[in-house]
Amino acid sequence: MDNQKAKKELKIIEDWCKGCGICVAFCPKNVLTMENDKVVISDLDKCIKCGLCELRCPDYAIYLEVV
Amino acid sequence: MNNRQVKLMQGNEACVEGALAAGMRFYAGYPITPSTEIAEFCAQRLPLVGGKFIQMEDEIAGMAATIGGSLAGLKSMTATSGPGFSLKQENIGYAALTEVPCVVVDVQRAGPSTGLPTAPSQGDIMQAKWGTHGDHPVIALSPTSVKETFDLTVKAFNLSEKYRTPVFLMLDEIVGHMREKIEIPNPDEIEIFDRVKPKVCDESYRAYRVDEGQIVPPMASFGEGFHFHVTGLMHDDYGFPSNDSGIADKLLRRIMSKISDNVDDIVLFEEEFIEDAEILILAYGCTYRSARSAAKQARAAGLKVGLFKALTIWPFPEKRVKELTKSIKKILVPELNLGQYAEEVERVVKNDAEVYSLGKVNGESITPEEILAKLREVL
Amino acid sequence: MSSQLIKNNFREDRLPHIWCPGCGHGIIMRSLAQAVENLNLEKQKVCVISGIGCSSRTPGYLDFNTLHTTHGRALAFATGVKLANPELKVIVVTGDGDCTAIGGNHLIHTARRNIDITAIVFNNNIYGMTGGQYSPTTPTNEFGTTAPFGNIDKAFDICKLADAAGATYTARGTAYHVNQLTKIIENAISNKGFSLVDAISICPTYYGRKNKKGAAVNMMNYLKDFAVDAKVVDKLPPEKLENKFIIGEFKNTTEPEYTEEYMKIIKKYQKER
Repeated sequence: MDNQKAKKELKIIEDWCKGCGICVAFCPKNVLTMENDKVVISDLDKCIKCGLCELRCPDYAIYLEVV
Repeated sequence: MNNRQVKLMQGNEACVEGALAAGMRFYAGYPITPSTEIAEFCAQRLPLVGGKFIQMEDEIAGMAATIGGSLAGLKSMTATSGPGFSLKQENIGYAALTEVPCVVVDVQRAGPSTGLPTAPSQGDIMQAKWGTHGDHPVIALSPTSVKETFDLTVKAFNLSEKYRTPVFLMLDEIVGHMREKIEIPNPDEIEIFDRVKPKVCDESYRAYRVDEGQIVPPMASFGEGFHFHVTGLMHDDYGFPSNDSGIADKLLRRIMSKISDNVDDIVLFEEEFIEDAEILILAYGCTYRSARSAAKQARAAGLKVGLFKALTIWPFPEKRVKELTKSIKKILVPELNLGQYAEEVERVVKNDAEVYSLGKVNGESITPEEILAKLREVL
Repeated sequence: MSSQLIKNNFREDRLPHIWCPGCGHGIIMRSLAQAVENLNLEKQKVCVISGIGCSSRTPGYLDFNTLHTTHGRALAFATGVKLANPELKVIVVTGDGDCTAIGGNHLIHTARRNIDITAIVFNNNIYGMTGGQYSPTTPTNEFGTTAPFGNIDKAFDICKLADAAGATYTARGTAYHVNQLTKIIENAISNKGFSLVDAISICPTYYGRKNKKGAAVNMMNYLKDFAVDAKVVDKLPPEKLENKFIIGEFKNTTEPEYTEEYMKIIKKYQKER
């Protein structure tokens, strides 16, 4: 993984998640799952920090933060 | 030395001259007789002073763009006649609730519907008050001459800027199309009121907060860095929508009371032959001209007739009219409709005076003779 | 805590927004903010104006000059704002009903004038705010609460409509193809003239449910599978285009812009300066 991506961290704002499941369905590495209508990170090791979840989350509840 | 310009001018043109003198720099409208000359003069004159004119695709768009122009910081006006006034009503309510200053000229013609194009009428008086849905503040002025059209257009802009509300200028086909001599005041003789602007742009700024000692919230323009939100939904001090019943109640009562608390500043009227009068003719717009002629003839004939010219139609000059009923027990209201304003007079004077309506809706003006005949009938 | 993009461009304290779970509008709103950020626009010069409907709640969430107007009239308000202050970057956010039904007259005339306004239609093929009535972009034979036996109207192609009326930039994107949509919005804003972006959204709550299109994910898959890029359309055989819709840029031209033309008149005739 390149340096820039290594500096990014996957964040979830649980309160903002409305449970539509879009991020889970379109995550290319199956990093995410739904639990009780909220997104959770189930397999962080597989995350390639592509940001597709952030791009398609209608509620801005999941994003990559630069750390 | 008096170096004022003296001109022979049409009412509609005097309206544009007054608007320009008041600082109008934006006009958006749609052609409709008998108001069309206002658009034509604006198209001709505005670019000459760096202002903007646009002919929109319809009446609704004319009203919308006028509000947009005002929000972007320019004093804005639109003009129309009855059918267009109907179409503009939704956005007029928007301007009232969002407190966007603008002037709406209605050169009244005979309605309802297409009616009698374009015979004179005063049929939009109640529409001016109740045209848009929901309770809303209203200021409406109605001139009786070309000179007054100039003066009241300036006044309309000043009131709209001061109270952050749309102001109606209720012309009629006669006043709009009539030509009279007018002495144009010099710019330094004209009192101008510009909207109060917010001073500090920081986190304490709230677009719809009324500061201590102010009548309305100060108004920023788009592009000045204030990043404020404007919505036709009920909104809080920040301007953001709210469903809170307390916020809605407070907002609507505030925008109503900014007018009702300042009636004395807004109401304009003139009186003649009042002292010993037994009957009062209360008139406005073109009908006042016949009323004055009738009053003079009546006085010459020994009838004790007083005359009241309502220049501010809304809010109604309630305080003064009530006062007058202490001595005057009869009021005649001639108007080019079937008694719209007479009903308001009745509501105000209650049992303190008899109110007689002289209405006419055939597209012709009321003659002094008709008013005289009515006076003789009821005296 | 939210992402830097949200912090920079949104009124964070107004979030979360009012839209339903899975509504595509949030994706398009974010894409718009991303485009503004990518273009490095001065925030105080950005003015976002909307009408009424689900899409039209957008301005309330964005930290620019924002104006939420009456149903259908956003483009007319925007014309006033833009002409009064041509320095403003005026972006109109509207919906399929707001823009092409009640606001249809304003759409064609704003396009005809080629005034420098960018209109982004959050097109979800339905009236969402009022509960799922068919709109001018509901396809024939589909259902809405006011088309219980199937819609017999034909749907507008908003890009073709705007093109014919005189828009100098037209493009279509979707809530699935987000990076492409952002680029389209950037190009639309950069175009000096009237730009129309048909941004296909999803409405699982009403359009989806009424037409058995499944949940948000199914509707996103539809956008993914049935969109064909304008660049490759000519290379595909007709059978590959059946039931498909085309995304990408359709028109990007330069013509005299309204406020510039008006300023020329002022420059020529103004007496008092």
